[in-house]
Amino acid sequence: MKTIIAQGMKTVDSMEKSEGKKWTLTEKLLLGLPLPYYIGQALRNPFNWFLALVFAIGIPLILGRFAFGLSWVTHSSNDYPWGLFLGFGLFAMVPLSSSGFQMGTACELFGRHDLEPLERLGLLNGLLGYFFAVVYLLVDLGQPWRLPYPMMVSFGPAAVLFLVAWHVATYLSVQIAEVSASFFEWIGFLPGKKAIRKITLGLTVAGIILSTLHQGALGALFTYAPGKVHPLWYSASFQWLYFFVSSLPGGLCMVITVSTIASRTMFWRCDERFARNLDKVTVSLAKGAAMGLATYLTIKLIGVAHDNKWSYLATGWGAWYLFEIGLGVVLPLTLFTMAIRNNMMKLIRLSAILTVFGVVLNRVNTAIITFNWKLPHREIPHWRELIVSLTIFCIYIAVYRFILYRLPILYQWKGVEEPAAALVPATAAEHVHAGGKHIGEALPAATYCTSAAQEAEEY
Amino acid sequence: MKRRDFLKVCLAGGATATMGGLCGKAWGSSSFEGYPDGMGVLVDTTRCIGCRSCEAACNKEQKMPVPEVPFDNTSVFDETRRTDENALTVVNRYPSKESGPVYRKQQCNHCNEPACLTSCFVNAYTKTKEGAVIYNSKVCVGCRNCMIACPFNMPGYSYSSAFNPVVKKCIFCYDTRLKYGKPPACVDICPQEALTFGHRKDLLKLAHERIRETPDRYYDHVYGEKEVGGTSWLYISNISPDQLGMDNTLGNEPIISNVKDFLGTVPMVLTIWPALFTGIHLLATRNKDHHDDHANHSGQEDDQP
Repeated sequence: MKTIIAQGMKTVDSMEKSEGKKWTLTEKLLLGLPLPYYIGQALRNPFNWFLALVFAIGIPLILGRFAFGLSWVTHSSNDYPWGLFLGFGLFAMVPLSSSGFQMGTACELFGRHDLEPLERLGLLNGLLGYFFAVVYLLVDLGQPWRLPYPMMVSFGPAAVLFLVAWHVATYLSVQIAEVSASFFEWIGFLPGKKAIRKITLGLTVAGIILSTLHQGALGALFTYAPGKVHPLWYSASFQWLYFFVSSLPGGLCMVITVSTIASRTMFWRCDERFARNLDKVTVSLAKGAAMGLATYLTIKLIGVAHDNKWSYLATGWGAWYLFEIGLGVVLPLTLFTMAIRNNMMKLIRLSAILTVFGVVLNRVNTAIITFNWKLPHREIPHWRELIVSLTIFCIYIAVYRFILYRLPILYQWKGVEEPAAALVPATAAEHVHAGGKHIGEALPAATYCTSAAQEAEEY
Repeated sequence: MKRRDFLKVCLAGGATATMGGLCGKAWGSSSFEGYPDGMGVLVDTTRCIGCRSCEAACNKEQKMPVPEVPFDNTSVFDETRRTDENALTVVNRYPSKESGPVYRKQQCNHCNEPACLTSCFVNAYTKTKEGAVIYNSKVCVGCRNCMIACPFNMPGYSYSSAFNPVVKKCIFCYDTRLKYGKPPACVDICPQEALTFGHRKDLLKLAHERIRETPDRYYDHVYGEKEVGGTSWLYISNISPDQLGMDNTLGNEPIISNVKDFLGTVPMVLTIWPALFTGIHLLATRNKDHHDDHANHSGQEDDQP
């Protein structure tokens, strides 16, 4: 891509290809490149070959899972009903996607407009993370076609999972609405974008409520199994707080991680505003993440003290627990504090990756590794289960990249004002009638034109 | 009671309004101790000889596939088995120093406040007034949360079925026998009277009576009387529950009690969060009206020299 741009090719970043000529949808999909160029750049990218290899093996396995049943891809264990699909796919993807509500809250509610260059990335990260958590879930459910049952057919409202199902479904729609602003810009449907803009506040508040509850609810799911999760990973009172609080640094650090990868691998797509603000915003996010980690560490310790579980620390499980906390919480927290003070960007990014690792390890530990700690045998996932999990993750990466390449996430859509101007007469007429002014229509209309254009630009 | 009901309304929204019948469910109360006329089975392991005829009867009654190893083969005792999609009950052998080996039949214990029932988000489980915990495979989505929740690890799942996998667990022969007041197939066939069918409250008396009358024959504990809120199936034995492979760390609270901490926060979050965060928004953007929504614009202004 870099070489193509160096050759003077122009990529889509506005409605207009050149003066008065609009990009067609096909051209937009091909990033504004001629087809041979597009295919050429795709073939040159070694990562695409890796993806192709994974898909070639993994997609038949996914199809096989639906044709031959779960026992074909998993060890179909009655003692370990939840394997990698949920242990990793659902329980780890969801906390890493809390960025959506956090960035939304910071920018829209707390008025932290300085974080805006990464706001859309945060929202998209949230949407895709949730979406693929649901994909993992669909692969794991015995009868995935019945997924709408808790909403329509049969209700178990006292179950925590009932809350999770409803919240994740609602929150997915909220996130689709939030991200659709970029999509509307891209396809040039500005009324849609304006409509979203108007309900942003409501969407954001809904996002916080839903996120608080279902991030916590995922933790609360394990309070159904008090004897099965190892005591160090379990606390009846703190379980939902562990999951909720750790999702905060998890989501922020996922944004840092993704923005790092994006700025390294698709720098051509990042605009000047993104590139200029990236380090600054990263530091702000890192501060938030560090505070989250500190809170998390505190409640983890209080949890152990509360139930007086110190003696477990001396066991093998205790060593594993200390490893998780040490590498995934204490180390990144220390590094963050040091790096933020000295503005060491590389170290901040490394700590973010460590935090992401720590959150994933915590979820996998709770759901699989330490689960059934009293049983003599441990479940090692089937190789097909590993490959299917990897494949879904690769589809996630591919979709993520597909969207980042196209929608104005890492860059700002240029020249939004022109299409907006086309709408102006109607708006202007409305205003004029409302104001009861029938004379000199031309003049106010012209004024409204300008103000509407300004407004559009600001959006 | 009130809090839980309020919660349900909050969660299901309008949907539950029409489902008033749900509120009368077993888990509607925090101190439910079983239906007064609930039936149960008392398992007396001192009488069990490990003949596996209960396994065979169950297999036949529930129309399960015939296993590879026939039911009169005792080599299965060499390893500890668990219930699965093809065996709703299994008998295991446990060594004992005091006497010879002890055999214990296991199956769903039919809890008074079942964890599977309270964890199910499509309400596939029902605790009937006869004491059975039955399962509706027609609505089951296959999340297997019930298997996570079951403190006794009883439910099995037919993982090998691609198009209609379902949970398999003992249903107390509800459809074919219990409903009509008859004992389950396993009890009917037991040649040793190791299994006694009756009202749970009578069985409790019987169990304590046996222990009192012959104290040197029994370990003084009726497993299932109080465990996780009480179960319809009760066990007495000459050795302690943990020697018999039964978890003695479960406590006497029903599983749902652990979840209540979280469930209690739900109405609070739903009520307080909207006001709190819109309030913070108003404070954060106070005196900044002209600046609100203008960040992109100001960012552009910065570019200009």
